[in-house]
Amino acid sequence: MTTSSTTSSRWRALTHHHLFWPVAVLVLLLLVNVPFTPDFFSIKMADGHLYGSLVSIVLFGSPLILVAVGMTLVIATGGIDLSVGAVVAITGALACSYISDQSDQGALSGVLLAMGLGLLAAVVCGLWNGFLVARMGIQPIIATLIIMVAGRGVAQLITDGQIITINSEPYKLIGGGYWLTLPFSIFVVAVVVAVTVVLTRRTALGLLVEAVGGNAEASRLVGIRSRRIKIMVYAFCALCAGIAGLMISSNTSAADGNNAGLWIELDAILAVVIGGTSLLGGRFSVGGTVVGALVIQTLTTTIYTIGVPTQTNLVFKAAVVIVVCLLQSPKFRAKVFGARFGAGSGAKGSGKTAAAPADPAAASEAAPKMEVS
Amino acid sequence: MSATTQSPTASDSRTPSKAARLLGDRRLPVAVTALLFLLMYGVGLSRYQNYGFGEPQVFLNLFIDNGYLLVAAVGVTFVILSGGIDLSVGSMIGFTTMFTAWLVERQGLPIVVVIPMALAVGAFGGFLMGYVIHNFEIQPFIVTLAGLFLFRGLCLVISKESISISDSSVSSMAQAQVSLGMGFLSIGAIVSLVVLAVAFYVLHYTRFGRRVYAIGGNEQSAMLMGLPQGGTKIAVYTVSGFCSALAGLLFTLYIQSGDPLHATGMELDAIAAVVIGGTLLTGGSGYVLGTLFGVLVLGLIKSIIQFEGTLSSWWTKIATGVLLCAFILVQRFMTTRKKT
Repeated sequence: MTTSSTTSSRWRALTHHHLFWPVAVLVLLLLVNVPFTPDFFSIKMADGHLYGSLVSIVLFGSPLILVAVGMTLVIATGGIDLSVGAVVAITGALACSYISDQSDQGALSGVLLAMGLGLLAAVVCGLWNGFLVARMGIQPIIATLIIMVAGRGVAQLITDGQIITINSEPYKLIGGGYWLTLPFSIFVVAVVVAVTVVLTRRTALGLLVEAVGGNAEASRLVGIRSRRIKIMVYAFCALCAGIAGLMISSNTSAADGNNAGLWIELDAILAVVIGGTSLLGGRFSVGGTVVGALVIQTLTTTIYTIGVPTQTNLVFKAAVVIVVCLLQSPKFRAKVFGARFGAGSGAKGSGKTAAAPADPAAASEAAPKMEVS
Repeated sequence: MSATTQSPTASDSRTPSKAARLLGDRRLPVAVTALLFLLMYGVGLSRYQNYGFGEPQVFLNLFIDNGYLLVAAVGVTFVILSGGIDLSVGSMIGFTTMFTAWLVERQGLPIVVVIPMALAVGAFGGFLMGYVIHNFEIQPFIVTLAGLFLFRGLCLVISKESISISDSSVSSMAQAQVSLGMGFLSIGAIVSLVVLAVAFYVLHYTRFGRRVYAIGGNEQSAMLMGLPQGGTKIAVYTVSGFCSALAGLLFTLYIQSGDPLHATGMELDAIAAVVIGGTLLTGGSGYVLGTLFGVLVLGLIKSIIQFEGTLSSWWTKIATGVLLCAFILVQRFMTTRKKT
């Protein structure tokens, strides 16, 4: 009797952990592959590199993870950043066009300078977004729409409308190279994620971000410099997007102002939502976002490996968005599963119900309005 | 009597001057956009007079080339006035071109049958999104994002390659010209103007229009007033879906093919047109006529870049972004003024 109750309470604790559902979905998606590709989980060693489906999922998912981690913090402050795709394009365009102008494209100093230049441009974009949102008080969707629209134009201006191809060994390393038998980009992602987690969970920064997202005005009255936090968060998001931009252009050894990072902002927002961070702000989970991004990448890979026509990829994605969002909606759970289950799983830790006031409608309507007044 | 009417003004230490009252006028953003349009047109006239910029047909071409955008933007205006957002517009347009091309070319259905089908599908798609937004209280941004993925995906499910339409009734419809004496308009342009007129009437002269403004202004108060807020919200997304499908049909006529990548990102153009037209993105304030000017300004940027010749197409994006920024800042300052 006692043992069964402890197991059930352990099971309860497990299923109520905020990472449970995202991880469960990820594992399920990975398992779906096994009947189609029996050696899906095997990792082979060849030429001193590790190869395997799992490695390539992480490799191809790296830019998305980076962008999504930055997006998580922005969403945690109650904002949203639509400009990351354009920032990806600008960074790649700037770095590649600088490298292509060098006489020796392989020179390390030139490559480092190019990367610095690209990242600087990204941070400037982020500061601009942060300035509009925090100082001018413009709705985040609209403020970041400006760079989303103009940014690709700027990227095309930098590359003169061409797809700039480069041939630089050191630059190739970031997105397509290997280090210690693993793709180098995995290390970049690991460092960024680790730094983010340490900064937000081992210092007060995460708490401050959540406070700003919960109620910007209240946090300001408490003495938090909410504007500065917001600007920082947008700059950080753009920096992440910039690194992703370097990675994407490095992987293809080319800068494409028109298509680099196309729709990545939507995938990133999706990853954040799947990871259990509420779009209302105030709570976030970086770990959840990483899992969310891996879910999206695994979904894409699974669709390829199973042999489903690739064009249905987007339909699957849409279905996943709808299902995840419906499951996160307290009202949907109450309607479909009955009030008791709805309330019970509300505490599951999507963060939404816990963070939001009793009336979600009031919260969702009040939050964006507050930005403007 | 006179004391009571005067007291609010008297108690206000900063009695609004004529200029301040003008700045607080809700019609000002529309006027600014209209002025900007005239200014840009004037610049175009002075620069490209010798290249025929002054021909009336160049002006009419703005409607012919941007009719579909106008229709889509009118639908988005409804959504934005109600305080929501619709990201699925571009996908819906792309899907409609695909759906129409596929039914006409591959299934051999006459275009007259296909048109109502496409419109019904669009309106139903909008209805579904509105239903989910209202009933499950999920943010419009996410629901319409799912719509974006879904319809773009459905495009690709129909066919990965573009389908060109060679049906004679479609091409005769596309090439039909309605003479106006000094020039001509296409059927698409006429339809877009009709849609604009209907939207103008609905938004400003019907109860439904009032409700849209009320919900966008303050949903809580609208609810407390007893307005059927859910029905209005769902209707707004249905209107947007319908307009997107209609825009898709016009786009099909304009380009005479279906392509899974048609109109990618057009929701941004539509939102930009609405913002430039002076509609507040927080909802509740704006005019559908502003949207017309927003579309015309965007169209004029394109024609000026065409006439300039040396400027490349990406300048369109940059110019749109800069304009967008300017108008957002103007809106921002005007709303601050009103509040203080």
